[in-house]
Amino acid sequence: MTENTTESRVLTGEHFMTGDIACAEGALAAGCRFFGGYPITPATEIAEQISLRLPRVGGTFIQMEDEIAALTSVLGASWAGLKSMTATSGPGFSLMMEAIGLGLCTETPCVIVNVQRAGPSTGLPTQGAQADMMQARWGSHGDYEIIVLAPSSPQEIFYQTITAFNLSETFRLPVIIMTDEIVGHMSEKVIIPEAGKIETVNRLRPKGRKDRFKLFEPDPNGVALMPAAGDGYKIHVTGLTHDEKGYPVMTVEAQAEMMARLTGKIRNNIDRIIQTEELFLDDAEIVFISYGVSSRTCLEAMAMARSKGIRAGFLRLITIWPFPDDQIRALAKRVKALITVEINLGQIHREVKRCAEGKAPAYLVGHPGGTVIPPERVLAMAEEVL
Amino acid sequence: MASVNRPNKQQNHPLDDLIRKDRIPHIWCPGCGIGTIFASCLTAIKECVATGKNGFDLDKFVMVSGIGCSGRAAGYVKLDSFHTTHGRAIPFATGLKLANRDLNVIVFSGDGDLFAIGGNHFIHAARRNINITVICVNNLNYGMTGGQVAATTPYNAKTTTTPAGNAENPFSLPLLAYASGATYVARWTMLHTRDLTVSINEALSKKGFSFIEVLSPCPVNYGRRNKEKPLETLKLYQEKSIIKNGADPSELDIDMEKGIILGKFVDIDKPTHSEKYDKLYRIE
Repeated sequence: MTENTTESRVLTGEHFMTGDIACAEGALAAGCRFFGGYPITPATEIAEQISLRLPRVGGTFIQMEDEIAALTSVLGASWAGLKSMTATSGPGFSLMMEAIGLGLCTETPCVIVNVQRAGPSTGLPTQGAQADMMQARWGSHGDYEIIVLAPSSPQEIFYQTITAFNLSETFRLPVIIMTDEIVGHMSEKVIIPEAGKIETVNRLRPKGRKDRFKLFEPDPNGVALMPAAGDGYKIHVTGLTHDEKGYPVMTVEAQAEMMARLTGKIRNNIDRIIQTEELFLDDAEIVFISYGVSSRTCLEAMAMARSKGIRAGFLRLITIWPFPDDQIRALAKRVKALITVEINLGQIHREVKRCAEGKAPAYLVGHPGGTVIPPERVLAMAEEVL
Repeated sequence: MASVNRPNKQQNHPLDDLIRKDRIPHIWCPGCGIGTIFASCLTAIKECVATGKNGFDLDKFVMVSGIGCSGRAAGYVKLDSFHTTHGRAIPFATGLKLANRDLNVIVFSGDGDLFAIGGNHFIHAARRNINITVICVNNLNYGMTGGQVAATTPYNAKTTTTPAGNAENPFSLPLLAYASGATYVARWTMLHTRDLTVSINEALSKKGFSFIEVLSPCPVNYGRRNKEKPLETLKLYQEKSIIKNGADPSELDIDMEKGIILGKFVDIDKPTHSEKYDKLYRIE
């Protein structure tokens, strides 16, 4: 791509690019200035693109010795004040679980991209899946709330990468983008707007008396102000259970207070975080629920069903976690059935089923991974259960 | 003057301004060497700032630790300080330094943290010549968890997980640092506080990846199981240590029979990671 050599931060214009490249460009447009990476199929292209582009806009790229180091370096760079990110796939995502926990506990903004491939273990490195959805929610030890987004096209990857940075800066936590090999490697039209039309959010930094500052004292939104190392606040940041000052406190009460802060800032702002897309839900008797590449299967299946007189609708999840419980509960009250479509053996289906319990039956059209789900399977399931 | 003999009610310590006094008492055991090494480190920082050389500014000093007894240092120092996960102090420090080159980043951690779980990060940061200073308190075992074998435990030494003696050979930390590309490599014991303070000052002033190993007694967990009383360990440090600046890094195995070689072994100049990165990637 000739655009590769440009020195402008935002590549305004119309492009034909892959999801992985769109992700790198979205990061630059969001203001990313540090990328700590490690090569892995099918996410490598994100690191390749950004290794070329970042230094030309004043940022720094480094390929670390493994994914643990990659994400840990990202956390360090974030505490130095830079918007920072990494990108990986399943095996690297597994290694990052430790640093995700540190990022959550220390309320460190950053963005992690998982271009999913089929697992477990080395699995199918070059073939897509959506089977890390529960790992994204629960993979690091301990209890926590996290934000996870699942874009379904290169264009959406561009925008959701910006959203991921904005959410991470707003709520001070690692935000995860779950794409997959298929969306990551497909090329489509991507329109990049002018820099001035892209909304970016920067973490709020403290001002005023440094001796009275408390590193984890929440503001009315439940989020604390964040200074950078070198600002003179003499902060202490630890992965141990800590109080609002950031000091370790090994008590049951301190643990409860910290957990209330970590989970409250997400749970109390669900309306600001959750994004979904609704298609033909008004008259729907049956609703497909999906996300990422499988959304495309559902769009086709919905068209096929409608042409056969089945009133199918589609709820596309853009935010996966926190899960849109209320929306699915409300939906389950007024439809005959819900069908979750995903390239795994029923991870988000389990959540849908939980929300629909006692209201509507929930079915799964799943797949063990390696390819997309044909829309015919979704249609057949709809015909069978209606 | 009459006031000379008046008792000082304040009892101020010269390093008070670098300590989070509200976090004292510390957790380190009686007889442990970490506190002494920590004090040397703070003294060196203070000296660096006082001289004003290299534009040293206290606000720009950052301490990063991993997990373990030495890892707690970050919690006591009144600087921007980061207590990270086990073994990951160096990659965290790498991110900090690359994101803000004005920071003076010190990694202060233990041998288990830096050389077993974090060993890979150490060699790569040295290879890249990341401009940070790594201080390793080597107490020859995992103290925090009660005295298990480490990558630095001598052959045949007893620990809770080598009840019949350690069947493995330990790393020679200065040799590892030298072979990995560090620009400054030294070894001292906690008994050699003046030499150590001078050495830390040099390391902080050094451009590039600087490394200091400091031997420290762990009487509660290591000494007790190896029939070494606390003072005996210090006597060993005094009687068996040989200061040999510029010694061949391949001859630095810790051997209590033959003696422990201390000193500064490497002090070379070469471009840092950031300097090389700028040359290749930043368009002027």
